[in-house]
Amino acid sequence: MKKKRIVTLAVTLCLCLAVLWFLQLLLMPKYMDVSRDGALTGEYYDNAGNNDVIFVGDCEVYENFSPITLWEEYGITSYIRGGPQQLIWQSYYLMEETFRYETPKVMVFNVLSMKYDTNAATGSSTQREAYNRMNLDGMRWSSSKWNSILASMTEEEAQWQSMFTYLFPILRYHDRWSQLTQDDFTYLFQKDQISDNGYLMQVGVKPVTDEHVERPLVDYSFGQTSWDYLDKMVALCQQYGTELVLIKAPTLSPVWWDEWDQQIEEYAQAHGLLYINFLDYQEEIGIDWNTDTYDTGLHLNVYGAEKLSRYFGEILAEQCGVPDRRGESQIAADWSEKVKTYQERKQTLESANTQS
Amino acid sequence: MQFTSFGFLLFAAAVLLLYYLIPKRGQWILLLAASYFFYIWAGVEYLFFILLTTVTTYAAANLMGSRLAKQDAYLAAHKGELSREERKGYKAQVKKGNRVWMVLCLAVNFAVLAVCKGLIIDPFRTMFQESGLSFLTVGLPMGISFYMFQSMGYVVDVYRGTAKAEKNFFRLALFVSFFPQLIQGPISKFGQVAPTLYQPHDFDGKQVSFGLQRMLWGYFKKMVIADRIAVAVVALKGDEFTGVGFALLGLFYAAQIYGDFTGGIDITIGLAQALGIQLPENFIRPFFSKNIAEYWRRWHRTLGEWMKDYIFYPISVSAPMLKLSKSAKQKLGNFGRRLPVYIASIATWFVTGIWHGLTPNFVVWGMLNCFFIVLSEELTPLYEKFHGRFHLKEKAWYGAFEMLRMFVLMNFIRACDLFPNVGDYFGRVGSLFTTFNFSILWDGTMMNLGLTALDYGILLAGVVLIFSVSLVQEKKGSVRELLWSKPAAVRYILLFALFLVVLLMGSYGIGYNASNFIYNQF
Amino acid sequence: MEALLNILQELHPEVDFAAADHLIDDKILDSFDIVTLVAEIDAEYDVAIPAEELLPENFNSAKALYALIEKLQDE
Repeated sequence: MKKKRIVTLAVTLCLCLAVLWFLQLLLMPKYMDVSRDGALTGEYYDNAGNNDVIFVGDCEVYENFSPITLWEEYGITSYIRGGPQQLIWQSYYLMEETFRYETPKVMVFNVLSMKYDTNAATGSSTQREAYNRMNLDGMRWSSSKWNSILASMTEEEAQWQSMFTYLFPILRYHDRWSQLTQDDFTYLFQKDQISDNGYLMQVGVKPVTDEHVERPLVDYSFGQTSWDYLDKMVALCQQYGTELVLIKAPTLSPVWWDEWDQQIEEYAQAHGLLYINFLDYQEEIGIDWNTDTYDTGLHLNVYGAEKLSRYFGEILAEQCGVPDRRGESQIAADWSEKVKTYQERKQTLESANTQS
Repeated sequence: MQFTSFGFLLFAAAVLLLYYLIPKRGQWILLLAASYFFYIWAGVEYLFFILLTTVTTYAAANLMGSRLAKQDAYLAAHKGELSREERKGYKAQVKKGNRVWMVLCLAVNFAVLAVCKGLIIDPFRTMFQESGLSFLTVGLPMGISFYMFQSMGYVVDVYRGTAKAEKNFFRLALFVSFFPQLIQGPISKFGQVAPTLYQPHDFDGKQVSFGLQRMLWGYFKKMVIADRIAVAVVALKGDEFTGVGFALLGLFYAAQIYGDFTGGIDITIGLAQALGIQLPENFIRPFFSKNIAEYWRRWHRTLGEWMKDYIFYPISVSAPMLKLSKSAKQKLGNFGRRLPVYIASIATWFVTGIWHGLTPNFVVWGMLNCFFIVLSEELTPLYEKFHGRFHLKEKAWYGAFEMLRMFVLMNFIRACDLFPNVGDYFGRVGSLFTTFNFSILWDGTMMNLGLTALDYGILLAGVVLIFSVSLVQEKKGSVRELLWSKPAAVRYILLFALFLVVLLMGSYGIGYNASNFIYNQF
Repeated sequence: MEALLNILQELHPEVDFAAADHLIDDKILDSFDIVTLVAEIDAEYDVAIPAEELLPENFNSAKALYALIEKLQDE
């Protein structure tokens, strides 16, 4: 009798947990149609291992560099671990997590997020819960994710209490049941791959019209938190024998001030790092602001990204010694699949674009 | 830690688990430790207040207790020798001494309470905002109105000889601070909780399950109803809502405070039950009351009992009042005979009012309650004639009418809580008779209160569910017992469904400003 | 006892006080009635019932109430 009760209880509990798990999958945003960049973080795991170059950073990496081009032109295997408004501590913990899966030759970090310090006057308003979710929910569980959450939580998220909502996202999305769409059912168990090795393709063209003007700042020094994480990145890469390369994408907005450039330049020199500010090489890259941006200079489109990748690939191959893998049949086979997907995607998007 | 926070759930789960794992002798000590952890979590600076009450209560109770013990020993030893008069005189002397200790303890505690309540309102709030006491201007020390009343009731009981002085300081400390009831009561008597509070408890599956079920029901009322409707209550306080808008405010506020307070108490009593501890009920389906007096015997009844035992009775049966009764009866007849009762009522409701807050509207609120209770008492003979003539008492619809009448009247009295400016409140009440803006019900105003059509649907369904459950409780008794007799599958499915409703439809997390339990503030 | 029953009867003519023994539990007597009773008893028996004796068990039946009066007279 007692045994029977325990079995009933156990079965009930399992059923309840199954229902909860299902509801959680259903209620979590799918990011397949709107805010697609929220799906980026989760796509890495199917492509982990065997990447010689890993990018981390915000939209300035996942909109501006194309790993497929790097492969086609130089045989470089790479992946972009980008996320919308990815903050420097999130980048750091993604780096840390990456080393659990693979040890790349080069780690590329886009330095724009240096300007977002937790308490600096340089624009902490961009730290928003929605972005935290898009960057963090897709991560697999590890101490890196835990620490990244702790570092990321906003005041609104009421400190440690919100950890429960990351552990059990249903607690965060519990009231989405009234806003479910067809997508939530379509992508319940299986999602589409929306990026090409982390690159989120855009084919539209919207030329730069005005000069991007921003008001000068009172204080150009980066916040201490940012510096601390940059130090940690340096130490982490050193530990794994990976070269850390700092870059600043060539996009025009937000403005990358000379004073900021100066500080990074000095830091790179002091730590023996390669720092490339692509804003200084726009002509060499061949960017045409009339054709190579889809949103008036905030991000590049696929044509600009391909140009930029061609330029950066040469640096990676020659200065950083990233090998050409096209001769390795297994890898080449994998990548030819990726190239195919990429080209199909480009065609589809282009034809949709010309029609509209 | 609010009851609706993840932290509290985790804390409660940890306490429950430990409680049944450790040796039974240590259970109450664990509760004491947990209670102080809970209290310190709210702010270590408030620790002084609860310790002050605990220490003074302990000291006063034991000073009185030892004198009473000495008295009993003396009387027993000299049983044959003392005349009745001598015995009486000796007892009176002891009592007189004890009264000093009681009054001293009460004075110290109520002075502290008055200061705390005074500091959160203007002008004192602004005066002390910059001082070292600034933390007291933000809000009351957690649960102070509740644990202090509970402790002072106990001191009076020891004085009266209806409760024994607890000699173990730590046991008394647990009585004062028991964490499930710390925030918002119920205000228990020592004799009500002591039998189960300190007793060792074996794990009793049914009790634990019943306790958790009741907590779930409390979370439903609090999170699905009260927290959802809160935003509309705030909106309806706006100046533009007169007439029908004010009636709506009364209705919505009734739903909010019912869900919030009875839900909170369900969580409290449920958690205590899961720990094997029995707390007194605080609500007996109050909205089924037929008049205001009955309402106050069924709503927040532990406060009502407190007021009756320690304010109303002592005043109304005091020697001066009995004298007044005698003389007034000769001059004014039947009404005169009741004069002491009315004086005591006014005093009681005055105290009840300021217990809720030191702003004038709470005094007015108390007087309104008092007025309607006394009025209905005076009109009783008239009513009875009327009822008898038309045989109304036997008719079911008349009972329903009486309940509705009480509900509506109480909604308007209760709304006084919401208006610190009494003039504003009476302006709204007046508008009920001059402004007939029924159009706000369908001209889209309802959609601008912060609630969507879906919210209204959930609220309506929730209220219907609570009403149905109350009806079953009123007619058939415990719903949990009814469920218990059903097959396990039915029970599990129903409870899991309720759990899902709370999980999915509860108002919590980002996007909701989790409102404090309303009674937290008192 | 006779006088007490008269007082009670005057309060609630419809109740059979000689038999009823759940006057409080059945909500026949409310707090207003109790206070009125105390005043009447004080006038009739010259006994002041103190607040601490205003307990349900002392007022549930006429018999219990009479026992209380006797006890207080005795003290």
